[in-house]
Amino acid sequence: MTSVTTGRGHRVKRRLNQALLYLVAVFVLAIIVIPLAYAVLGGFRTSSQLAADPVGLPDPWVFTNYIGQLTNPSFWGQVWRSFFIALLTTLLVLPAASLASYVIACYRFRGKEAIYTLFTMGLLFPIAVAVLPLFITLRQVSLLNNPLGVVLPQAAFSLPLAIVILRPFFQSIPRELTEAAVLDGCGPLRIYWSIMLPLSRPALSTIAILTVVTSWNAFILPLLVLTEPNQWTLPIGVNNVSAQFVTDYAVVLAYTTLAMIPALVFYFIAQRQIVSGLTAGAVK
Amino acid sequence: MDNSLKETAQIEVVRLGKRRSLRADVTSWPVIIGFLLPALLLYAFFVIYPISQSIRYSFYDWNGLEPLTQWVGLENFTNAFSDPLFLEAIRHNFIIIFLSLLLQIPFALAMALLLSRNLIGRGVFRVMFFAPYILSDVVTGVVWRQIYRPGGLLDQLIAWFGIGSATHEWLADPKIALYSLFFVISWRFFGFHMVLMLAGLQLIPTDLEEAAAVDGATFWQSLRHITLPLLGPTIRVSVFLSIIGALQLFDLVWVTTKGGPVNSTATMATYLVDWGFRRSQFGYASAVSVIVFGLSLIVALLYQRFVLSRDLEGTITS
Repeated sequence: MTSVTTGRGHRVKRRLNQALLYLVAVFVLAIIVIPLAYAVLGGFRTSSQLAADPVGLPDPWVFTNYIGQLTNPSFWGQVWRSFFIALLTTLLVLPAASLASYVIACYRFRGKEAIYTLFTMGLLFPIAVAVLPLFITLRQVSLLNNPLGVVLPQAAFSLPLAIVILRPFFQSIPRELTEAAVLDGCGPLRIYWSIMLPLSRPALSTIAILTVVTSWNAFILPLLVLTEPNQWTLPIGVNNVSAQFVTDYAVVLAYTTLAMIPALVFYFIAQRQIVSGLTAGAVK
Repeated sequence: MDNSLKETAQIEVVRLGKRRSLRADVTSWPVIIGFLLPALLLYAFFVIYPISQSIRYSFYDWNGLEPLTQWVGLENFTNAFSDPLFLEAIRHNFIIIFLSLLLQIPFALAMALLLSRNLIGRGVFRVMFFAPYILSDVVTGVVWRQIYRPGGLLDQLIAWFGIGSATHEWLADPKIALYSLFFVISWRFFGFHMVLMLAGLQLIPTDLEEAAAVDGATFWQSLRHITLPLLGPTIRVSVFLSIIGALQLFDLVWVTTKGGPVNSTATMATYLVDWGFRRSQFGYASAVSVIVFGLSLIVALLYQRFVLSRDLEGTITS
């Protein structure tokens, strides 16, 4: 953009500009990082240290908060259940959404657009707003205090976005490919399995990421459905610890840090896919 | 096996113009139904059924346990719209929408413009700005509650800068709690909008801006006349997601303030969960959820009709 500017004055001005922009970016970075660092470091303090001096490095470093949680079986139970529920939800969404999207994308039949519209309407109704009737439905079929009471509704509420992402993807797969397969004697299941699924791997991984992240972070549904402490997921545990140890700030921060580490590690490892996955879901 | 045969057959099919006859004949109905069934069953039972039931409950006075007998017609709806606390909750939702469009989206845009330049380390900035979006509302809410609490990190930082008089009861003072909360919302979500806009900016050919620079256009002129118009579709999507998200705001508020103090941060969704689960007024709360559904639907359709129609086809109504 500035490739045509010449002369010393311009160059100095450009440098200044660049420095100013840097300053802004670093300032925003600080606003993002400080709360996170505060939680991580706060876990290494005692609550009185935290009250006296929450800024800077802990002095001395206190490990009891973290060790206390890491040796706490109920913490690991929550980690396991969060993981299990996220996995199960994803394993349900992927086949259900891809089978339906395949038919909606590649077949012509009466009522197709109506079914597609029905699914897309679901984009407007998040679980939080529908949680009341959902709770009653789950009670009617005795799924309260059962992990499936979280898994099934979560999978159902993930379907709209998954189908909206998958349909155009399947549509873009050249028809010649499936037609050749038909001529070779492939049935629909074979085409779905050996052509559609392998070719739509990017879309499927986008959906898997969306589902895992949403499930891992889910709050209101597990809060209402899994009321027994031995059923809690990690977010419910965090919420509860923060309510239970109101004044023991350091314990709360240690617990919260441990809860956010898996998500952050996952994010930093697969950062590119996660960012494009989460945003592709939105734009579609 | 015989490729030339296959090709001939394909050409034949194409020539006949009957491509769909290969798949969409009567015999494929079992396939269609069989493939749709898992998704439809799941969706019907856990999305459509509960939501349609809530419309039914909304006409009853019901505590969630006894049989549905107390038909009250539209009374729940009229009660909701005459409850000052509910109107207050709606107002809070709209304040969040207003602030998001006024501050959060422009800020995300500014950051996207900043990071679209050749800044060293911009990848790190991008990754870090998006990071809060990956955290749960619970983690975000609990950490910020610690930061905002009296004598917490924020107050200490303010004191450290020597402006101790600026400390506040950030979440406990009804006058400012909503704005404290809005800051947390922006902290969590601006990176998401920024990434959307960065993706949109990449689609704009750089030679347009270069040509404008050659012609002597300033940064602001080029922004006003080239970048913003071309980024229009992305901005409109961002605005839409922001509006819908703010209308249905729940988790973060519930964890951070539970709608308090004295309802100063209540939203429609916290109001309905409060009435449903804390006071067991399931009929009344169902009416509130129907109102939220209706409002979201109206906003979405209007937005689709008047704003998005040029950019997207078939997201909500196709």
